[in-house]
Amino acid sequence: MDDIVITGIGFTPVGEHWEVSLRELATDAALKAMQESGGLRPQAVYVANQYAPVLSRQANVGVLVADFIGLHDVEAATVEAGGASGMMALRAAYLAVASGEADVALALGVEKSTDRVGPDVETALSVVLDADYEAEHGLTPAAQAALLMQRYIHEYNAERAAFAAFPVLAHRNAVGNPAAMFRRAIKESTYRRATMLSDPLNLFDAAPLADGAAAVLVARRSVLPPEMPQPLVRIAGFGIANDTLALHDRDDPLDFAAVRSSVESACKRANCSLEEVDFFELYDAFSIYVPLILEAAGFAPRGEGWKMGQDGSLELDGKLPILTMGGLKARGNPGGATGLYQVAEAVMQLRGQAGDNQIPNARRALVQSLSGPASLAATTILEPAP
Amino acid sequence: MPELLRPERPVGIVGYGAYVPRYRLPAKEIARIWTQGRGGLPIEEKAVPGLDEDTITISIEAARNALARAGIDAELLRAVWVGSESHPYAVKPSSTIVAEALGATPFTQAGDWEFACKAGTEAMVAAFGLIGSGMADYALAIGADTAQGRPGDALEYTAAAGGAAFIIGPAEESLAVLLGTLSYVTDTPDFWRRAQQPYPEHGMRFTGEPAYFHHIGSAARAFLEATNTTPQDYTYAIFHQPNAKFPQRIAKQLGFSPEQIAPGLVVPTVGNTYSGSAILGLTATLDVAKPGDRILVVSFGSGAGSDAMAFEVTDLIEERRALAPATQDYIRRRTEIDYATYVRWRGKLVLK
Repeated sequence: MDDIVITGIGFTPVGEHWEVSLRELATDAALKAMQESGGLRPQAVYVANQYAPVLSRQANVGVLVADFIGLHDVEAATVEAGGASGMMALRAAYLAVASGEADVALALGVEKSTDRVGPDVETALSVVLDADYEAEHGLTPAAQAALLMQRYIHEYNAERAAFAAFPVLAHRNAVGNPAAMFRRAIKESTYRRATMLSDPLNLFDAAPLADGAAAVLVARRSVLPPEMPQPLVRIAGFGIANDTLALHDRDDPLDFAAVRSSVESACKRANCSLEEVDFFELYDAFSIYVPLILEAAGFAPRGEGWKMGQDGSLELDGKLPILTMGGLKARGNPGGATGLYQVAEAVMQLRGQAGDNQIPNARRALVQSLSGPASLAATTILEPAP
Repeated sequence: MPELLRPERPVGIVGYGAYVPRYRLPAKEIARIWTQGRGGLPIEEKAVPGLDEDTITISIEAARNALARAGIDAELLRAVWVGSESHPYAVKPSSTIVAEALGATPFTQAGDWEFACKAGTEAMVAAFGLIGSGMADYALAIGADTAQGRPGDALEYTAAAGGAAFIIGPAEESLAVLLGTLSYVTDTPDFWRRAQQPYPEHGMRFTGEPAYFHHIGSAARAFLEATNTTPQDYTYAIFHQPNAKFPQRIAKQLGFSPEQIAPGLVVPTVGNTYSGSAILGLTATLDVAKPGDRILVVSFGSGAGSDAMAFEVTDLIEERRALAPATQDYIRRRTEIDYATYVRWRGKLVLK
């Protein structure tokens, strides 16, 4: 089959963009990605967004964004799958091209969380939960992660202080990412003194919701001219799996089964093994997710994922670098755009464009977004195109 | 680049006065009720008005102190202007009541001013113009508030009561001469209150960078450029003080030292007196300034805008300031109350 490649990426800095609107953020990212692609015009636009209908009174975001990018007479739709929205927009773009229905497709994610402030935003975050059986009873995503962390520490006798390693790593890497929301390293002592968010989670255990937009242009290699402005990155395969939505419906809440299943099928599709993965952009919405993901993906034995933060293996120069540009914690978590930031950052690593954060000889990226506590796991494997 | 506003006839502060109510509600007492004592506190304690105090009574006492220092007859005041966001009436000026209490009526201007926390400095700028144009010799500008904090809201820790009054007159009679002023204003809805609401609403993080820091920073930078001065040319600087951190941060960003802002930083033990905030910092600074000192004041009012103004202290300061109580005298005069007393006095109990 003809290679499906990423020809261009574009993204805004992540942060609180009080003066920039939803459509301006999206347009900025889209135009950058299209420019990087030498002016390729997509026939389809898939826009990932989580909260605009609630926070901006704007649904129909796919149609809005296509219009304001200046694309007419194209296929356009919004894609929403909780925190995995961005990755699923990439999936939609990939399928459009792989099926032959389009030659070029744009996957874009955008979130403008600062259209509201305060309690309205906290309420909006809970729309990703089971509304009737979780949110209605007062559960929030942070409280849900707190339940998991509480249970994890109890079952495995994990050291509470060891969780500091993940936000500390994220912040350290973000120093080298000009687009990151937080670019200052944090100390373990700062983590220990942080305000309680939802016991035992503290403020640094949760990634910040933010504003941002990221775009990835996907094309069939055979339609491209021989010379492209940027090195091409090949989408080697996807693996996508769901689990129960509500945490209380899991057989084993500490087993992120969807992560395992999606990593296995992505590796099968991409014809590679776990050992051949050079780095893993994982979904660190909460620090407790990190060990749970590492264990389910097969990088650590059950109950020992938390130790990987202690031995340097997750650093840029370690065995399995994660969060290479700051992750959700320090680069920020702009909702529907996040998955596409993860993809764009992996693309930069594979192109050799990651600057101070460059992983030497990065040849294979594992990139994964989650909806909630792996209620959906959407994984892709990327490689430089030969 | 805008030109400095400066009247042809030199003007200055002929008399100044402060007033802070005696009652204090410690921030840790508020935290005891709302957060089980946990979490950081933005200040130590705030001033709470007594049952028989309001913006008008605060204004009157501050103005009497200003008159004492000015040494002029109240009848000579051709304007009495009170700026506040807690005028007791929506329609019926606080200014007429204050003017009559002082003996300034009947031949005087007496309209009220409102621009959130910078209503007082807005009145001062108008007074500079009234005197500077030669229309009159003395005008009284007051900023005072009895701010209401929504129970449990972050702003409850700091919403306080107090005020400051300034008699503006000819430079040759002034204890501090005006060097110039300019304002920076935009339509920014960071904090507001509709007419029938008891408590204001605010945009949380939006009140920081896009509001407070942007407007004070822009006004201050424009003022420094228009006067061709740098932070080192001023002995003291005073910024609007909604909490202890913000004025310290903007001072640092602009290049002012902690020593320059120290005498004017009253918020830790008084709270945010809203229209009185920056200008109580000014009275506290005038209480210790020496002849020749240059003082920069940059207020901030939500909605939003900043007034920047600078003064040079004259030889008259020492003899004049002794004629009325100092700002710290009012701050030191303190009776601690608990949250229950505060709730009762501030009318937060449903009685009917």
